[in-house]
Amino acid sequence: MIKVSNLEKSYGEVKALKGISLEVEKGELFGLIGPDGAGKTTLMRILVTLLLPDSGSATMDGLNVVDDFRKIRKMVGYMPGRFSLYPDLTVEENLQFFATVFGGTIAANYHLIKDIYIQIEPFKNRPAGKLSGGMKQKLALSCALIHAPKVLILDEPTTGVDAVSRKEFWEMLNKLRHQGITILVSTPYMDEANLCDRVALIQNGTILSIDSPKNITKSFAKKLFGVKVETTAQRFECVGLLKELDGIDSVFSFGESIHITSNQKDINEVNVKEYLNNKGHQGILVEKIEASIEDVFMELMQNEAN
Amino acid sequence: MDQLLGFVKKEFTHIFRDPRTMVILFGIPIIQLMLFGYVITTEIKDARIAILDHSNDNVTREIKNKILSSGYFRLEANLIQENEIDPIFKKGDVKEVIVFEKGFAESLEREGKANIQVIADASDPNTAQMLFNYTNGIIQDYTKKKFAGFTIPVQIKSEVRMLYNENMVGAFMYVPGTMALILMLISAMMTSITIAREKEMGTMEILLVSPLKATHIILGKVAPYLLLSLIDAFVVVFLGNVVFGVPIRGSLFVLAFLVILYITMALSLGILISTVANSQQVALFISGFALMLPTILLSGFIFPIENMPVALQVLSNFMPPRWFIDALKQVMLKGNGFAYIWPNVLILSAMTLFFLGLSVKKFRLRLE
Amino acid sequence: MKQTSEYTGPIIRVKDLVKKFGSFTAVDHISFEVNKGEIFGFLGANGAGKTTAIRMLCGLLEPTSGALQVAGFDGYHQREAIKRNIGYMSQKFSLYEDLTVYENFRLYAGIYGIPRQERIRKTDELLKKLNLEESRNKLVAGLPLGWKQKLAFSLALFHQPAVVFLDEPSGGVDPLTRRTFWDLIYEVAHQGITIFVTTHYMDEAEYCNRVAIMSEGKIVALDTPIALKEQYKTDSMDGVFLKIARNKE
Repeated sequence: MIKVSNLEKSYGEVKALKGISLEVEKGELFGLIGPDGAGKTTLMRILVTLLLPDSGSATMDGLNVVDDFRKIRKMVGYMPGRFSLYPDLTVEENLQFFATVFGGTIAANYHLIKDIYIQIEPFKNRPAGKLSGGMKQKLALSCALIHAPKVLILDEPTTGVDAVSRKEFWEMLNKLRHQGITILVSTPYMDEANLCDRVALIQNGTILSIDSPKNITKSFAKKLFGVKVETTAQRFECVGLLKELDGIDSVFSFGESIHITSNQKDINEVNVKEYLNNKGHQGILVEKIEASIEDVFMELMQNEAN
Repeated sequence: MDQLLGFVKKEFTHIFRDPRTMVILFGIPIIQLMLFGYVITTEIKDARIAILDHSNDNVTREIKNKILSSGYFRLEANLIQENEIDPIFKKGDVKEVIVFEKGFAESLEREGKANIQVIADASDPNTAQMLFNYTNGIIQDYTKKKFAGFTIPVQIKSEVRMLYNENMVGAFMYVPGTMALILMLISAMMTSITIAREKEMGTMEILLVSPLKATHIILGKVAPYLLLSLIDAFVVVFLGNVVFGVPIRGSLFVLAFLVILYITMALSLGILISTVANSQQVALFISGFALMLPTILLSGFIFPIENMPVALQVLSNFMPPRWFIDALKQVMLKGNGFAYIWPNVLILSAMTLFFLGLSVKKFRLRLE
Repeated sequence: MKQTSEYTGPIIRVKDLVKKFGSFTAVDHISFEVNKGEIFGFLGANGAGKTTAIRMLCGLLEPTSGALQVAGFDGYHQREAIKRNIGYMSQKFSLYEDLTVYENFRLYAGIYGIPRQERIRKTDELLKKLNLEESRNKLVAGLPLGWKQKLAFSLALFHQPAVVFLDEPSGGVDPLTRRTFWDLIYEVAHQGITIFVTTHYMDEAEYCNRVAIMSEGKIVALDTPIALKEQYKTDSMDGVFLKIARNKE
């Protein structure tokens, strides 16, 4: 459905995209995972025909983003990174406006947005600017869907939104995917990668890896251990101590535990625990664990940097 | 068509829901008109003058009476000798000295010609010009009435500049100027700001990604302001007429045509500005400096174009309000029709086409 | 200023704090204490009242009722003293992008009235520590996001406040930089400076000594991450957060 090959784009001196290629299948929920400044927004803006690429090509449903931009604009639903609705118009007026802009009516495609819109319908006479973060998100999604697009492109829809609203939002995306809509979504939250069919990890304008979240985490080549400590103060000290241990490649705090990676044979659960015990830390729990997307991302970032 | 209507409807909702926009649209025109009409008028009241009458005959006495009873002047001193003139100016109280030549009445009767010298303090050239015009007007008026039956043309001094403003009412000058200013403010400034606001809020991104065409967006933005500007123009003309007694001597059709032409010109300027301005601030800055100041300073609205240095006179030719104000005065005050104002109409139309063409060309359907 | 170093009680002491805007109660009787050197996480959905609470703690808003003490100063009558003894950093507005790194330091030192000698010494020291010596005369606008973040944090600490408020300090930052940043936070807390932090990353909530979760103006949970996970029978803070939100409905 979406095909991007060797896409490059610079803003003056800054190279935002350094030759990106990817393909998104019809009906797929595809995630672009990466921090601010990775090039996610630039890629999306090229796809929705707002920017012209310097070189390379991109097509959506076989339509070229440069030459067939008018046709693409009819079939794509887009949610920019910032809240982009009219704050002085009410919920209903916003939806009505975007329906007419695309030459349709709310009624025609109400079935598409029903599940989402029903949650904000009680506030339909409230100005959009007075909605809470999660509700704004739902309204923006409704507005992007009201013309029944084939492809949805969502630029960081969950940034700055609380954990609950984020979870709800992903549930809605999942439902939409089952209705056959192709979705390209970007996010800086690594944990959201697992909710996508496939993801591209993107950093500094290059793609680090493209695959299903499962395969990506499987690809993690090193041994990974999770170290659990009892108190927060202990954690700080243990991070420092582990960094000094020979044979350890990286030490990072990871939620409640500390993740350490290693390629050395002689590093294992037992001797890491012993090491910390000998340094005076008790109640340590070390176990071999599966990598998460974030582990992979950091590993790839470090490789890239070297 | 539905798309366009939806867009226009949305624009009206924005306007009616924002108290500030409403104040700018309907409060400011009225306030501005009143300000220019009442406060910043250049009407002369009780200007202090001195008179040196070498003749002191019937005619000069009558003229003096007429001048001093007009309400515009107050007699500060009666001078006796020429050498008193300089010191009295230097003291600074007196703005104008009127000198009657010797044997004034005699000369007027015999030769039909007599000389009055008007000396004005030109350190404030505008006031000086004004005082002179007032004085001259009164003298002309006197001559006309007094010697109405004479066969020989009687002449005292004959340069009359405010021919179509015999009563010398400031509002006559300012109503057309205010109209030019207000229409520029509302049409150009408001459209450029509202388009820039969409860019600032990020909604422009969504509009661009929709199937809306450039003409939809431009027309959708322009139509509401065209309508509102017309209402404002009507309010200004109406208030000018009722409150300040500014006449509408020309045809209403010609007047309406002229106003619509000017509004269209201003709107296209507004769109042109919005193609370069990415934020409301920049739009405000550009429309403030690039449009408001020239409209006020270079259009002949406040400062007569003839008094400007040549370079500015040339520059003023490129200021659309100049042609609008001139045509407006012709239509409202003189009652002229297309036969007289066609050059102005032609120039304004050309400017409109130029701005429109440029902004359609510059309006980008992408972000860069 | 002296009062801070001598002051040994809780750095933040809040009792039945209320803030009303008209008829709307943004903060509804919240109570908690934060100790010296503690990393205190402050979580909640958008619109739960977090921002209002932080503004009161920073001396920017006067409470409607309840007791509030920060660094030993009263939240009603000594708001200026509070401001002098706290640091504040949000990702977006802490730095002047059009000034150089050094100029930013000079500006902050000036705002807090730090003497010239000390300012020069401390600036050099900090630049060295942050590995920013080479960038001292570069415009902040051109720095990578991670550097800006560290710089903003250092500036918030420049006047040696008793407590630093971090308002979503790591939104959108890459995972490596985010972790280096937390290492820095730990280091600072270790030196006895109290950290008060809000975040939308639930894994970061695990790094805090204690966490308070706000919902509809009230504090609905307050404990160590481990105790909270036990209490809500889940294995991550994400789970705690979701369960609390579900209970509400």
